[in-house]
Amino acid sequence: MPKVSLSHFEAALLFAFFTSIVFGVVSKRTDRERVRYAAYCFAWFVAALFGLGWLMFLAHR
Amino acid sequence: MDSPKPQQPGPPPAVWAPAVGLAWLFPGAGHFWLRRYGRAAWLAFAIVGMYLLGLMMRGPLFHPERGPDLLTTLIQYGGFVGHLCSGLLYLLTLWLGYAQPDAPGAVHDYGAKFLVTAGLLNILAMVDAYEIAAGRKS
Repeated sequence: MPKVSLSHFEAALLFAFFTSIVFGVVSKRTDRERVRYAAYCFAWFVAALFGLGWLMFLAHR
Repeated sequence: MDSPKPQQPGPPPAVWAPAVGLAWLFPGAGHFWLRRYGRAAWLAFAIVGMYLLGLMMRGPLFHPERGPDLLTTLIQYGGFVGHLCSGLLYLLTLWLGYAQPDAPGAVHDYGAKFLVTAGLLNILAMVDAYEIAAGRKS
């Protein structure tokens, strides 16, 4: 099994990507709704990532 | 005042058990059994992908053992339950001798979270397979 070394940002983006896919697949009833919901979840994951990143940056100043 | 609606009995296990069992065994297999091929493929891609990335990040596995305090014990048991929900992926990981010690480092830590989350996402897939098999969802 190859070993990968990712940054925090890359790992969090991949986490958001895979999780959003599953959220989209299991929670809506049409394909169009699923795609939209997966994109919506991914966007919120990324927004939270930047928000928490800035929060921690400012809190540690 | 409306009287509460009587609860409808659930479908017999023979209807949903094969789909849920397969969904546990391998991510997406329950949907495949129910002929939802597209959704099965996406679930397999996302959950297996997350699990394999967890292994490639050398995430440590949780074991059902008592820790020095309650929180550590809860984390160990909770993580173990998450692993169990990955089905065959977790069993293969054990059978093939994967034994990553808990090491400091962000990548290892992310790996542990990826491994557990793959199992938790598979629970969602199992519930979805149950709802489809029970006729509550298309």
